[in-house]
Amino acid sequence: MSISLPVLLLMLGCALVTWVPRVVPFILVRNIQLPDVVLRWLAYIPVCILSALVLESLFEAEEKFVTFDWLNLLAFIPTLFVAIWTKSLSKTVIVGVVTMAILRLLI
Amino acid sequence: MSTHLNYNESALTSDSFSQGIKDCIPTLLGYVSIGLAFGVIAITSNLSVFEIFLLSVLVYAGSAQFIFCGLYVAGAPFSVIIITTFIVNLRHLLMSLTVAPHLTRYSPLRNIGFGTLLTDETFGVAVTKLMKEKQLGGNWMDGLNLTAYITWIASCTIGGLIGKWLPNAENWGLDFALIAMFGALLVLNLNGIGKSKLMHYLKLIALMAIVLYALLYFVPGHLAVLIATIIVATIGVATEK
Repeated sequence: MSISLPVLLLMLGCALVTWVPRVVPFILVRNIQLPDVVLRWLAYIPVCILSALVLESLFEAEEKFVTFDWLNLLAFIPTLFVAIWTKSLSKTVIVGVVTMAILRLLI
Repeated sequence: MSTHLNYNESALTSDSFSQGIKDCIPTLLGYVSIGLAFGVIAITSNLSVFEIFLLSVLVYAGSAQFIFCGLYVAGAPFSVIIITTFIVNLRHLLMSLTVAPHLTRYSPLRNIGFGTLLTDETFGVAVTKLMKEKQLGGNWMDGLNLTAYITWIASCTIGGLIGKWLPNAENWGLDFALIAMFGALLVLNLNGIGKSKLMHYLKLIALMAIVLYALLYFVPGHLAVLIATIIVATIGVATEK
């Protein structure tokens, strides 16, 4: 149970720069009415950010070229079908994890 | 009139702490598996169990914590670690901006609480709820947020303990839980969108793939996610009918 002062300060620094972007909108939005175009823009954020997070994990940046992360892509196909078919978060995650475990076992 | 009453009633019952906990449960497998994996990896990056605990309490962000380990073990300067953490987590600004307008009726202190515990996953669950019910309740948010937060801290710490006893415990398929979860949340969000808008969104996702692919030639993944989101959301507004 030990921690050095520099590492503690480093963690506090990381905590601060993580906290500020999370909290500032919650304070700002209370005091100003966002223009309609901003609200419409924000409506696109969920789908954009979620698809960006998924797609980013399916690509792999190598030295010269950006290619597919074939293992992730392979595991993602059945996972996506289960998500569309069941509309269930837990079933999708379980199928995803099991698929990946099997793929790692086989490849 | 009666439909209006029903709507209010269902909205009221859904703003309970326990419903927030319930709605968080499907995401817990993601938190547990990623948290365990993080703990194991952090041990191999020379962090102590106490440091792992503290990092998950203070930073509370999966990807940033993994990157912290990577940079820390590589001996990167502290300034580089802090700036990278900032950029990696800057996407939360967009998420907070999306969620915050729906919670302005609560006190500043409670709003700071909502913001402090916002993560990719709770954001995903919250916007899915928003899509279905058009509003968010504070108690529900607290139930969701605290369940996720406590589970995350416990998982990371236990992962650290496992890592100490099983130095070679690799994450079998567990690292994929995160991707599967984001995929499911994406499908759930698209499911709530009307048929006429769905085509527009699918085109935007195709565009997202191209933009992201191009960006990955120039910037690291977490930055590409941030920039691509801003670009594609802007194109989304510009091209909507």
